Parts: sequence; structure tokens; C-alpha cells
Amino acid sequence: MKWTRRDLLKGLGGLPILGAVWWAGASNTVGKRRERSVILEQLNIQPSLPPAVPGISGEPIRVGIIGFGIRGEQLCRSLGFATKEWIEDMKVEVQENPNNKGLEDFMNQEKLNVQLAGVCDIFDYRAERALNSFSTEENKIKRYGTYQEMIQSGEIDAVVIATPDHWHAPIAIEALNNGVHVYVEKPMTHTIEETYRLREAANNSNAVFAVGHQHRQTLSFRTARDIVEKGTLGHVSLIQTNTNRNDDNGAWNYELHEKANPNTIDWQQFLGSAPQIPFNKNHFFRWRKWWAYGSGLSGDLLTHDYDRLNCVLNMGIPESVMASGGVYTHNDGRNVPDVMQVNMEFPNFTMGSSQVKGKERGMTFCYSATLGNGFNRPTILMGHDGTMELGNRLTIWPDGGSTRYAEMLENGKMSPGIPIYQYNPGANAPDAVSSATSQYFADKGLMWTYIDGKRVDSTFLHMREWLSAIRNGGKVSCGIKEGFEEAIAAHMAGLSWKLGKRIEWDRETETIKPIEGVDLDEVLLSNEMIRTDYITVS
Amino acid sequence: MEKKSKIEISVIILRVLIGWHFLYEGIVKLYNPDWTAFGYLASAQGPFKSVFSALANESVIGWVDTLNMAALMVVGITLLLGIFEKMGAIVGIGLLAMYYLSHPPFPGLTQLNVEGNYWLVNKNLIEMAALLLLYHFPTGYRFGIKNLRKHKTVAQ
Repeated sequence: MKWTRRDLLKGLGGLPILGAVWWAGASNTVGKRRERSVILEQLNIQPSLPPAVPGISGEPIRVGIIGFGIRGEQLCRSLGFATKEWIEDMKVEVQENPNNKGLEDFMNQEKLNVQLAGVCDIFDYRAERALNSFSTEENKIKRYGTYQEMIQSGEIDAVVIATPDHWHAPIAIEALNNGVHVYVEKPMTHTIEETYRLREAANNSNAVFAVGHQHRQTLSFRTARDIVEKGTLGHVSLIQTNTNRNDDNGAWNYELHEKANPNTIDWQQFLGSAPQIPFNKNHFFRWRKWWAYGSGLSGDLLTHDYDRLNCVLNMGIPESVMASGGVYTHNDGRNVPDVMQVNMEFPNFTMGSSQVKGKERGMTFCYSATLGNGFNRPTILMGHDGTMELGNRLTIWPDGGSTRYAEMLENGKMSPGIPIYQYNPGANAPDAVSSATSQYFADKGLMWTYIDGKRVDSTFLHMREWLSAIRNGGKVSCGIKEGFEEAIAAHMAGLSWKLGKRIEWDRETETIKPIEGVDLDEVLLSNEMIRTDYITVS
Repeated sequence: MEKKSKIEISVIILRVLIGWHFLYEGIVKLYNPDWTAFGYLASAQGPFKSVFSALANESVIGWVDTLNMAALMVVGITLLLGIFEKMGAIVGIGLLAMYYLSHPPFPGLTQLNVEGNYWLVNKNLIEMAALLLLYHFPTGYRFGIKNLRKHKTVAQ
């Protein structure tokens, strides 16, 4: 056996090519990874883990649901109770779209130690829908005619309030005064005056009070707090946050139920303190469109964005608020604006800085909303050293003029166009959120969070935290302090829009600075813009 | 140079280039533990969408990733070294067929992350055809480890 050099070259010539390709692939990949890990080590960001709460042991907590509309049903599902109708609908949806995981997620949801003990809804159809699905031989669910009867029955430990806004505070106060635990939807209150009364009731009560800002459970928001606290972004001077919707559901034009009439709806109880007008389906189902019962963009959607950021930055109540906008996209008789811009000023806000001391201080929170376009404008935090886009995912870009990253930018180790950090807790789980509105919420991180790649409803985590605090003590993440800040900020925005004036907050006295000759609550509730031709029974 | 030899050299060049391409793809994945085919499979389109979506399932994605990486390297190594090249060509055709079918350039489907414009035919399909040629026209005996074996046989 004798090989010439030529033979060897012909036989083993592929070997050096193989070696070269291997070396190039390995060194390029490893090199890139090393560069990344240098950046990551410098940033030292700790992705958040799900909150661990003590289990809810012992006798089941007896929960009463007040308001079993769209949100009330969703909240019940988070508690582990889905109506038969919903399950049927979802089965059909899964057949049409196998990627829809709504039903599967619900079935896999951890069981909470609760007993659904009562329901209170002033529309017979809805109350019966709840009883029909949830009332069983072993657990007879009682329907209560009024919230007072439910709260005073002694058979309910905790209430979930998902009513129109003007009923949030009266019901919550009644419950707290009777030692019944409260989970109330946002905004926490409908007027300024009741915001103080509710705070007092919550502080004086032994019952646990929680506001339904469930995104506080979303892992990306917990991670965002860590990022901001480590000074990754530098001094944040501007926050841009938005509502972008363009469908009937998003514009609060919900379905008018065929069974709704003065015999099936307790109209007087719906109105409560609102102006007395004849029965009106439109107002009953689409109450979010009128100041008498709802609070439009400022109370309904700005509150989400405000609290999302308050949970990351802990910036509190703004020193002043200016708002503008109008009814531009849905001129259908509503009197809450459907296009709205709110600028909140925080002149003393500071989170530390990479520059010389004293150079930077203050921040504007800019909320911009339209119900006439659904283009996804993300939430952006703009800092001297970096920019963060915040939603279910979060991404950070270094800023070209950054002080902190100047050296790395100069060496080409960072570039303003390339993210230095990306966090996607759901990277291992396919997403199949279906409708436009639910996708809108998912993009904002309000719906889902991911635990070990498994999709978990953030409302479920939020309610679990509340129930655990009821049984074991401990703090809830959105309690009366956070709720108070959210409600006051929303009311300031609503007032500013209505008055066309700057509304200021007095930090010393914890009051909105009075405006001569103006009763602020009266302005806030005023329905004056209602066009009378629309107040007809539809 | 006679005609046959010119053809052989052309096929060898093709073999080395395809082997190079496959090996590099495999190596990059081997050295990046964060790499996964999840996104590629989860975004699959066309008639076999459900099959590829199932491969993205949490329980199998680990195996799918490892097998894909290993297969890429097998194709790369066999073609570059000129040994078991027919087997390598078959594996390569199988891989490319899967890539082609998971994101087929069919009319009506959105083309994700492609750098050109395709209708029915794309680069995966063309590389597949090239591998078919390599299968039927082995060249390891001219340039490759098989060349040594041939020598060995002759020497005996």
C-alpha cells in the first residue's frame, strides 16, 4: 500500500475544508455569544420569576360576584367558573382554529379554594346564566336582589365588583364597612369625593381590598422594574403610552341583548345616583360611553397605562395634568371623548442618572388614544441611556448619546439600532389570542403572563394573590394606595378634558387644587354633552 | 482535459459547496445552545402546517432541534469528505423537502423572511435538485476518502 502526495490530496482534500468551515462556524457563533454575555453581565438584569403566594387552605372562601356582565364572566373564569355557554362557544372556536388555547388554558388553570356562593346582577338573564352554570346540588348559589342584601347576608366572605364605574365605590365601601373583602374593577371610583371615602373605609377595615389591575402580575412588568431600578435606561424624561383601537367592541358598542327590557332589568338600581332618565338599553349595555356611569378613555383605558407605569416607576400622582381631545370617531351620542391626549407632569421625578448630578430631573407621561385606528403604537420609556419598549415582551435599545454606554458604543460593541436586551417570557409558547381587542390587551401585557413557558391568565394570578392575602395575610400588589393614585390621576385627566384647564395636585394637603367657582365633582359627572336626540329607547 | 473529467470536476465543486453550506448551518447551531427551530416550525404555512406545528410542541422540540442539527452536519461531513455521500445526499434531500414544505412558496401564502421573490420554485428546491444529481453522480472516488479506498484495492 503506497500513496503518493497526489493521492493523499485527492483522498483527504475535503478534510482541511471541513476544518476551516467548522472553525469559522464555531468562532463566529461563540464570539457573538461572548459579546452578548459581556453586555448582559454589565446590565445584570434578572428576569422575574412568578410570585410565590402561600396556598389558600382551610374552608373555601365564599365569594359573591356583583355584576355578571362581560368582565364579571371573565373574572369568574379566573376564579375557576366558566358558563356552559362559554365552554360551548370555545369548543366551536377550537374547531375553527386549533391554535386557540382559551379553553385548554382554562381547563389547565390551577383550582382555587373558593366557593361561588352568590350572584347579584340586576339583569335577570345574566343572573340566571350564572345560576344555570354554577349552581349545583352540592352548592346552591343564591341570587341577591341588591348588593346590600348580599353583603349583609353573613354568607359571603368576599365580593368581586364588576359593575359600571358609578357603583364601584358605594358597593366597595359597604363591603369594607361590613368586613367583607373586596376585589373591585378599575377605575376604583367615579368621583373625587368618594375616592377619599373609599380610602378611609379601606384603611379602617380589616377586610382585604384589591383593585383589578392584573398586569402587575405580568412577568415582563416585574422584570421592567428591575431594569429601571438598575439604571439601565438612565434618567427617563418621557413616557409615551397609547390606546389604539378600531372596532365596535373596542369603542364600547357592546351587543344590546334581546331579552333586555324594563321587566328584566332593575333600571332604578342601575341608575343609582345617575340622572334619572327613562329605561334605555343603549345606556345599560354601553354605559362606558357616558360620564354619568363611566369615565371614558381617562377612567377606562388611561388607568391601565398609568398603573402599568406606576407599577414600574412608582411615580405616584402627577403634579399637574392637561388633556385634550373630542368625540371624533364615534359620534353616536356618547359624551366621553374617543380621541384623547393626556399629558401628566412629574417635575420632581428622578430615578438616578449617569450624568452630572442635578442636570436631569422631571418627566412627562404622555398618553395618546384613539378609537379610530388600531395601528400598534407601543409603550415607550425614553431615558438618557436607553429606550425600553414595554408590553408582554420587552426590548431595550441603547441610546446613541448615552453616557453610560459611551465606551461600548464607540468600540462598536453596541449600536443604537440593535437591542441590548430582549425579554419574552412566552418565547416557548405559541400565541393564538384571537380577537382584535384581546390581542390589543395581550400586546400591552394585560392578559397573559408566562410561567415556565406556560401561558397563565394574569387576572387569575391577581385574584389568587387577593385570596391568599385574605386567608394568610400579606400585601396585595394593587391595594388602596395604588388604587387611590390611579383614581385621582384618572379624575384629573377627565376634569382637564372637560374644563380645558390644567388641573394641579397639592402634595402637601393631598387634594386637587380648587378652581374658583367650580365644583369639580359636579363637572366630572356632568352629562351636559349628551345630545337629547339620542336619549331614546333603542 | 476530456469531457468526462470536466463534468466530474464541476460536480465535485458543487458537492463541496453544498457540503460547506450544510456543515456551516449545523456548526452554528451546535455552538449556540439558545438556537431552536421553534419559531420556524410554529410559523409554518401551507398544506402541512399542522404537521410542522406539531413538531414545535414542547415535548418534541428538543429532539427535533438535535436531529436537525445532527442531520445538517452529517450531510456536510459526508459531502465534504466524499464518503457515504449517497446517504448524505438522501438525508439532505429529506431535510430540504421539509424546509420546502413547511414554508412553501405557493401563491397566496405570505413569504416570511425570504430575500428574493419566488413562485413554486425557491432555493431549497434547487438545492434539492442539485443533491439529486450528487446522489446519482458520486465523486468520492475522484476527490474524497473513497479515493484512498480505491487505491487500497488496487494496491492489493
